[in-house]
Amino acid sequence: MSTSSNSGTFRIKGAGRLTPARTARFTFDGKSYTALEGDTVASALLAHGVHLLGRSFKYHRPRGILSAGPEEPNALIDVSRDAARRQPNVRATVQEVFDGAKIASQNRWPSLKFDVGAINNLFSPFFAAGFYYKTFMWPREAWVKIYEPFIRRAAGLGVAPTEEDPDHYANRYAHCDVLVAGAGVAGLTAALSAAATGQSVFLVDEQPEVGGALHYDTATTIDGQNGYDWAQATAARLKAMPNVTVLTRTTVFGYYNHGFLGLVERVTDHVAKPGKDLPRERLWQVRAKKVVLATGSIERHMVFANNDRPGIMLASAARTFLNHHGVAVGRQVGIYTAHDSAYETAFDLKRAGVSIAAIVDCRADPGEALLAEARGLGISVLSGHSVTDTGGRLRISSMTVARNGGGDARKIAVDALIVSAGWTPSVHLFSQSRGKLRFDDVNQRFLPNIYAQDCVSVGGCNGTDDLAELIDEAIAAGGGSFALSGENRFEWTGGMIGAAEGAGPDTTVKAFVDFQHDVTAKDIRLAVREGMHSIEHIKRFTTNGMASDQGKLSNMHGLAIAAEMLDRPIPQVGLTTFRAPYTPVTYGTLVGHSRGELFDPARKTPMHALEAGEGAEFEDVGNWKRAWYYPKRGEDMLAAVNRECRTVREVAGVFNGSTLGKIEVVGPDAAQFLNLIYTNAWGSLKPGKSRYGIMTREDGFVYDDGVVGRLAEDRFHVTTTTGGAPRVLHHMEDYLQTEFPHLRVWLTSTTEQWAVIAVQGPKAREIIQPFVEGVDISNEAFPHMSVAECSVMGVPARLFRVSFTGELGYEINVPADYGPAVWKAIWERAEPMGACLYGTETMHVLRAEKGYIIVGQDTDGTVTPYDAGLGWAVSSKKPDFVGIRGLKRPDLVREGRKQLVGLLTKDPALVLEEGGQIVADPNQAKPMTMLGHVTSAYWSENCGRSIALALVAGGRARIGETLYVPLKDRTIEVEVTDMVFFDKDGGRIHG
Amino acid sequence: MLLIHCPYCEEDRSELEFRWAGEAHIARPENISAISDEEFAEYFFLRNNEKGLTYERWRHIHGCGRFFNAARDTVSDRFLMTYKAGMPKQMLPETGASEETVETYEATEGDAR
Amino acid sequence: MADYGADLVNRTSPLSGFHGGSSTVRLEAAPPAERISLRARAEDVAALSSALGVDLPVRPKTSASANARSALWLGPDEWLVIAEENGGLMQAAKNSGALHSATDVSHRNTAILVSGPGAAAAINAGCPQDLSLKVFPVGACSRTVFGKVEIVLLRTGDEAFRMEVWRSFSDYAFGLLAEGAQDAAV
Repeated sequence: MSTSSNSGTFRIKGAGRLTPARTARFTFDGKSYTALEGDTVASALLAHGVHLLGRSFKYHRPRGILSAGPEEPNALIDVSRDAARRQPNVRATVQEVFDGAKIASQNRWPSLKFDVGAINNLFSPFFAAGFYYKTFMWPREAWVKIYEPFIRRAAGLGVAPTEEDPDHYANRYAHCDVLVAGAGVAGLTAALSAAATGQSVFLVDEQPEVGGALHYDTATTIDGQNGYDWAQATAARLKAMPNVTVLTRTTVFGYYNHGFLGLVERVTDHVAKPGKDLPRERLWQVRAKKVVLATGSIERHMVFANNDRPGIMLASAARTFLNHHGVAVGRQVGIYTAHDSAYETAFDLKRAGVSIAAIVDCRADPGEALLAEARGLGISVLSGHSVTDTGGRLRISSMTVARNGGGDARKIAVDALIVSAGWTPSVHLFSQSRGKLRFDDVNQRFLPNIYAQDCVSVGGCNGTDDLAELIDEAIAAGGGSFALSGENRFEWTGGMIGAAEGAGPDTTVKAFVDFQHDVTAKDIRLAVREGMHSIEHIKRFTTNGMASDQGKLSNMHGLAIAAEMLDRPIPQVGLTTFRAPYTPVTYGTLVGHSRGELFDPARKTPMHALEAGEGAEFEDVGNWKRAWYYPKRGEDMLAAVNRECRTVREVAGVFNGSTLGKIEVVGPDAAQFLNLIYTNAWGSLKPGKSRYGIMTREDGFVYDDGVVGRLAEDRFHVTTTTGGAPRVLHHMEDYLQTEFPHLRVWLTSTTEQWAVIAVQGPKAREIIQPFVEGVDISNEAFPHMSVAECSVMGVPARLFRVSFTGELGYEINVPADYGPAVWKAIWERAEPMGACLYGTETMHVLRAEKGYIIVGQDTDGTVTPYDAGLGWAVSSKKPDFVGIRGLKRPDLVREGRKQLVGLLTKDPALVLEEGGQIVADPNQAKPMTMLGHVTSAYWSENCGRSIALALVAGGRARIGETLYVPLKDRTIEVEVTDMVFFDKDGGRIHG
Repeated sequence: MLLIHCPYCEEDRSELEFRWAGEAHIARPENISAISDEEFAEYFFLRNNEKGLTYERWRHIHGCGRFFNAARDTVSDRFLMTYKAGMPKQMLPETGASEETVETYEATEGDAR
Repeated sequence: MADYGADLVNRTSPLSGFHGGSSTVRLEAAPPAERISLRARAEDVAALSSALGVDLPVRPKTSASANARSALWLGPDEWLVIAEENGGLMQAAKNSGALHSATDVSHRNTAILVSGPGAAAAINAGCPQDLSLKVFPVGACSRTVFGKVEIVLLRTGDEAFRMEVWRSFSDYAFGLLAEGAQDAAV
């Protein structure tokens, strides 16, 4: 079944490096084709004579294959394995064929050959540069309904898949002494040189095999060998060295600060049936001490009328398809060039049996060596001529040739046209590294000049054209020293940038500069005429170079055309900045492992499984999963919370407080340090006692709060809010290390050392009593705000008599691994006594009933301790603490600041909305004067009514006043009260 | 991603291990409770945010945990020096950088015509 | 923790039962260990070293092991001391008589043992440090990041690491290591 004939009628026997026996089947727009292993989609389709691959972005003009590499602007395809594994906007010149690949063309409807959108081409006068800016100005309403949907539909080429990506992606951090980007002659040589010195080397190339230009350049020999064979042998040698990593199918897409590079390795995109363990792509984040850029150069197209028809392609591309893939791009091929390189393509094609219509060279005097070779092969050369137009509908059928400066034009039949305007050094990565370029006037190109990082450019990307010189340069870059010979047949000269003959400023032809965005030479001139003088403005006005190919082919031409219009030298017009990524990178690669369970750590407390077993619903608090409430059969959230609230006050409740932030503060100066960090005074706190503390920032606003227990003269157990733990420790470390380094005190996070089981309610003591040893927990011996190191169930524990509910309460801290066992035992005793488990929602309601604040809910970073009604916690005796000066600022001591107060709705059944705005007069004109807002609001089962806390301007002086919370459909009347709604005299806590 | 030399770990480490901590060499006034509103504003609120050479604090928060100082050029992002917290501001040799080169847009961003 | 360490029936380790890896990486939860976070000034290092029976390292990124105890340099005044068996580290530090802060973090941390030829590559799925033997030799240790969590990494052999992580981050760390191990086997 496998014969070379069915892999395409344009496949030339004996040409190329692919093996005729190894075939792969794929479909293009539903039609089945046979390819050879090693084909790209582009080479495989060309082998079957298929040149039409897509439609252009704006005018929907038929487009084919322009290049044979990653610079391809036209041939963008949709590649899929199945419905979920589908990727749009893949370059057909990069995608390798695999057996079973389903390829589809893009940006056409209903079909590639008959595309309704092509009507845009007829209306092209309306789609000139700046079209969007000019057209979609008014009326404003039309934006939402008409313009935006239109632009969105028109923008972008392919269609994104709708299903979740079933592939996985990997990430790897790596380090090396030398990273070599590009594995052509220069890169391979530099890598050999660096490797020989013992340095660790990464050699990276985006193609499936190393070799770079040697893929097409069959005339070059290295070390006496055929160049391509030398490249493969060299890569094999390098791979065998322990200090070398060779990565192919890997693109260096970004060169960032301090030797940091982003690489994407395409692991399975070329494989028919990838193993399940294989990531589709792997992101390499490499830190290189030194970088050798050997990225070569990219051939440019010629800018002339109708230069975009399928069948028109770069000389180096046609040569690659012939010499590597064994595919002729046509049977009657024309050449249009300003550079010597296209001659060698013509020679190779001619030798392979392809008829060459003519070499049209816009230069008056091509070199004698090339002309002689052409003569010898019977190829006619028209020097001083240009191609001024092309014909054909879905593929080129003719070129119109005229002598430069006027003269009769004649039409020559061709089925492919090879073009070359010369070569643009690939300075993208150099530019990304923040290197500065210089303009090489002689050769009309930008070259690396001043390096910003430890980096060196070698070969084509450095403008080094001579092979011997290139090899020496690469050896030197690698740091080694050896001799390597290289020979090629012709020394290339020539090249041009800008519009060619017949597409100058006096013409109206469509001569494309940027194929992917359909930008013509005329568009760039229009931009200049309309006042765009900076290349950055021209770029944005015309969108030249803004497509996914980032203007790899178009930038230099666009610049030259703009410079000509502006009558300024090119360096003065400037160059747009090259930005990463060099070629598009999938989201999957950037996301890497961070998806599903690994998207973000889900922090679970030691008792999580037990809580889940009791039916808890969980809520996210930061990264923590906290038990929210414990619904019993048939209970909704409100019913469960009401039951839990009632039970805690009537009997007792057991609560998991493990997520509470904990910091151990140890050292002889511990109390002194806490004096500086908290507003409270700590010197008087005796070991065995604890105190509620408030922490302000230097500006005087409440930063965090929590109970601090003194375990010994030099040891404090500090608690913080759950969400505040990391930032509070950071804040403390900041002051300790940089402002108070003389203090002998150290801080250690112990949040996760301890599992915390809170038992709250009238029966709390009775519940925990049998488990506690080593401390008398009677009310007299262990009153409210006591702390002790003791043992619970034989486990060393820290016991706090503390309450966030207003009830008699304890918090048992045990080493985390013992949390589940202690929790289980306590619950087994508490449950038969009528107690409940309660979650964070009940905790919130119970504390609000007592007017206890939650930092971050009832405060918002603009609230002082005085505003929060916690002025008693600010020591007036201390000479210093963080916030002491901020609290005296004029705005913080003025009358009428917002203060935390209670609110009771006139209708007790109404529960306010948190965030609801408060006004004095609901009938005033809008915008109303807002007095503050509701910070906490709940149904309080214990009070038999709703309760709320609010920040209200001059709030404490308004106690007893009636205020209003206006909503969209009604206004709620509220009375200002103090903050305590339950057990106002606070007796229960001492029970 | 930056590579930062920690003066305590004596090694270059990835930016991922660090946290930026604002301008350096702003000492908390000894007599803070007595200073004027203007002095407090100067100390706490006002920062120069200079382009070019800046002195800033970093914390090797996921490493040794230490705060330290750095001199960094905010234009090139180059670290000119890092040194331990508590050390006085370190002076740097003049680095003249006048380059006759083709400027990309970023370099001329400030004076777009 | 001799006083209750024997009571393993009541202990629930965060990663108990976890094991995994690939053809080139073995992942297992380390057995429970005693750990203290030790803080002290330079002049007190000698006294503490002798009391603990292990020399507290003073060079960055180094560790020392003796008498079934390991001391890991985490910062210029900070060490993580790990005892394989419950050996009363808090008391030993106290016995030094030197000024210090010792805090029991035995239950705060848990550890994952990562070994095999792909161990470094698996860890490099989320850790930005250079884990080549030249830069991170056997005995080297560092607090660093692993994906989105903080870890302390200790190299215990050419192809073996101990990854200390806070207990609530251990599921995440193990999950990322499992993916890294799979990729390291490719």
